[in-house]
Amino acid sequence: MQSILAVDDSPSMRKMVSFTLTGAGYQVVEAVDGQDALEKAQTQNIDLVLADQNMPRLDGIGLTRKLREDPRFKTVPILILTTESSDQMKQAGKAAGATGWLVKPFDPNRLIEVIKKVIR
Amino acid sequence: MADIHQEGAGADFDLSQFYQIFFEEAAENLDQMEHMLLDLDLQEANDEELNGIFRCAHSIKGGAATFGFADVAELTHQMESLLDRLRRHEIQPIPQMVDVLLESADISRVLLARHQSGAQDEPPSTADLVRRISELASGQVPAEPVKPAAPAATPAPVQPQPAEAAPAPAAPARPGMRALQIRIGPIERLEQADAIKELFRDIAGLGTITDLPSSEPNMRLFAVETSSTDNDLLDLFAFHVAKEQVQIHENGAPPAQGESFGFFPDAPGAPGSKPGNALGAIEPTSPVTRIAPKVESKGGSQAQMESNTIRVSVSKVDQLINLVGELVITQAMLAQNSLGLDPATYQQLISGLADLDRNTRDLQESVMSIRMIPMSIVFSRFPRMLRDVANKLGKKVELVTLGEATELDKGLVEKITDPLTHLVRNSVDHGIEMPQDRLAAGKSEHGTITLSASHQGGSIVIEVRDDGRGLSREKILKKARERGLDVSDQMSDQDVWQIIFAPGFSTADTVTDVSGRGVGMDVVKRNIASLNGTVEIDSSEGYGTRVSVRLPLTLAIMDGMSVGVGDEVYILPLSSVVESFQVNPDDVNTVAQGSQLVRVREEYMPVIALEKVFEVPRFDMDKSSTIMVVVEEDGNRVALLVDELLGQHQVVVKNLESNYRKVPNVSGATILGDGRVALILDIGGLVRRARH
Repeated sequence: MQSILAVDDSPSMRKMVSFTLTGAGYQVVEAVDGQDALEKAQTQNIDLVLADQNMPRLDGIGLTRKLREDPRFKTVPILILTTESSDQMKQAGKAAGATGWLVKPFDPNRLIEVIKKVIR
Repeated sequence: MADIHQEGAGADFDLSQFYQIFFEEAAENLDQMEHMLLDLDLQEANDEELNGIFRCAHSIKGGAATFGFADVAELTHQMESLLDRLRRHEIQPIPQMVDVLLESADISRVLLARHQSGAQDEPPSTADLVRRISELASGQVPAEPVKPAAPAATPAPVQPQPAEAAPAPAAPARPGMRALQIRIGPIERLEQADAIKELFRDIAGLGTITDLPSSEPNMRLFAVETSSTDNDLLDLFAFHVAKEQVQIHENGAPPAQGESFGFFPDAPGAPGSKPGNALGAIEPTSPVTRIAPKVESKGGSQAQMESNTIRVSVSKVDQLINLVGELVITQAMLAQNSLGLDPATYQQLISGLADLDRNTRDLQESVMSIRMIPMSIVFSRFPRMLRDVANKLGKKVELVTLGEATELDKGLVEKITDPLTHLVRNSVDHGIEMPQDRLAAGKSEHGTITLSASHQGGSIVIEVRDDGRGLSREKILKKARERGLDVSDQMSDQDVWQIIFAPGFSTADTVTDVSGRGVGMDVVKRNIASLNGTVEIDSSEGYGTRVSVRLPLTLAIMDGMSVGVGDEVYILPLSSVVESFQVNPDDVNTVAQGSQLVRVREEYMPVIALEKVFEVPRFDMDKSSTIMVVVEEDGNRVALLVDELLGQHQVVVKNLESNYRKVPNVSGATILGDGRVALILDIGGLVRRARH
């Protein structure tokens, strides 16, 4: 079973994402912010990271940058959830090494479709 | 369950199961935002604070949009835009921003509560707020200061806008504006629809309207850019065309900027090559917009939530507390009776009793703590209220709270909140002067209101203190005479202050909508009296007023020190005991009217012989009071003269007033380990007695 690290500081979003992904047959590891995600990433096998951009302590782009420093996460897809798809955000995301972005709010079905594009 | 339409294939997701979590999360975020806004120092707002506030609005917006609460999402989107510019230092924070954000938080709460309860009534209008936020976000300061909440919700803002927005019908909607297509018809006389165009001309700030070609002969089509909600527009149009003849379509939802997702080319893990187009069969669509779902069954979603709390009726808790009280007494009795037992013979019994002692104590603490909540729960509502009231009155007030951790019984907290609110309002309205008057009187521009709570002996004392103008003796006496009350100039200050507790009494020259209608202090006093509490006023004209509410701890378990006088045992609240010592006759001086003073380390304090106060019969003439126990109340110390110190222990406070009547110098009673009743002394009363 493939494992997804779902990072969001909002409990309701976390629950919703987690529920959606579990229902689609993925195993979900939840983290409450970037810092928490970094710690969980050390101890778990992760096939994809789904990170909210705006979080306390460490944001989505910061998390991406840190994860890419870790050889284990060189090629793991990282998707950033954001409420804006501005060019600025995209540039920052790309520079940090993110795989792609997904604009909030999103349809749960769309989330699964996007995820299926990057992991099989 | 709410019917949520989902496009595309796949499972149908019932998002309603997450509503409850979202509501709780949003409420927390709103509370946190409010606190941070109130704490925000506009002169030196730091990035961390601004980011924190931004994040609250951002989280709510994200959730609201995801779960389909469009009105909340729209409002919080506006708040977020303003906060985003603030945290980027593109605009300077000003008080109006804090005002409008606090108001928006209030409205968001109302909107969320409507969704939570599934209310069908008319939602509060957000158009005016949205307009004000976007004006502030664009760097404009509203032309007029914010008016006190207008009671009737106006359908559209009619305030002149300082700088008229340039009409840009073809351009995408500006921040804070919604781009709409409005279809009017079918109507017989198409000129009717022109009246709607005039609305946009006449009402500045409503937005812009332009004609669009219509394919149907009896229809008119307009492109509209506005910050108003659909409901507001419909209300406005209703003067000219029927609601059924109006159709409003959104051109694009606020976050619709480009694709809803995409991959970076050559990024690690990316499936294809080109951004946006790497999506195979999936076409980029605008973000999902849904009609705000109604939460019809709360039970379902709540049942799935992990719950950390249970609701228990207060009467069950009270029964438990009573039983534990009895257990404490029984335990103390057993402990007392086992004192004379031979430890060698009864080792097991004695160690069992020691366990019982410890467990009883722990049980008692746990049970008592069920009902106890910190005063911070009550105090936390005041910063916001004070700010609103002060703004309304044009005064500057700072709030200081002390003793927030002081715990109070839940029942008392609920009943004391309203009277306290009233007292605080009074302090702002009648106590604190206008800034210019304060400056003229040589005071700082800011008035200070201090709220404090403390345990004093067997009571909890909550004080509302202000450094305002104080009570005017002359004014009160004058008003009292006008009202035909029996007063005289010889009355003591204390008696004069008591007049303001007379029903309907008010010295306010004008009735404001904050206070001063004369329904108040008498109600406050009655409410507090019903809790067996007392209210005392202390005031000094020109310097301020202090209102002390003293509530008895009817439920309290108290740490006490028992002292013996003759054959009697009295309990002193341990918290008021300072020290005790064997008295040296040289240190005691008798002054006028036989009262005595004792010198303790260069300080003289009154001596109170409990034997005399309580007229204790003395049968054993060999014994006499030779020990002084220094007790303190309100910073005043007196020395109590007793025979012996018996020990310290926890006592269950039994209220004398409800079981017998109020006895001077006694705050309650308790049952001792040997079954005897001992009186708990009212240190405050004794101190006051010694000082008069």
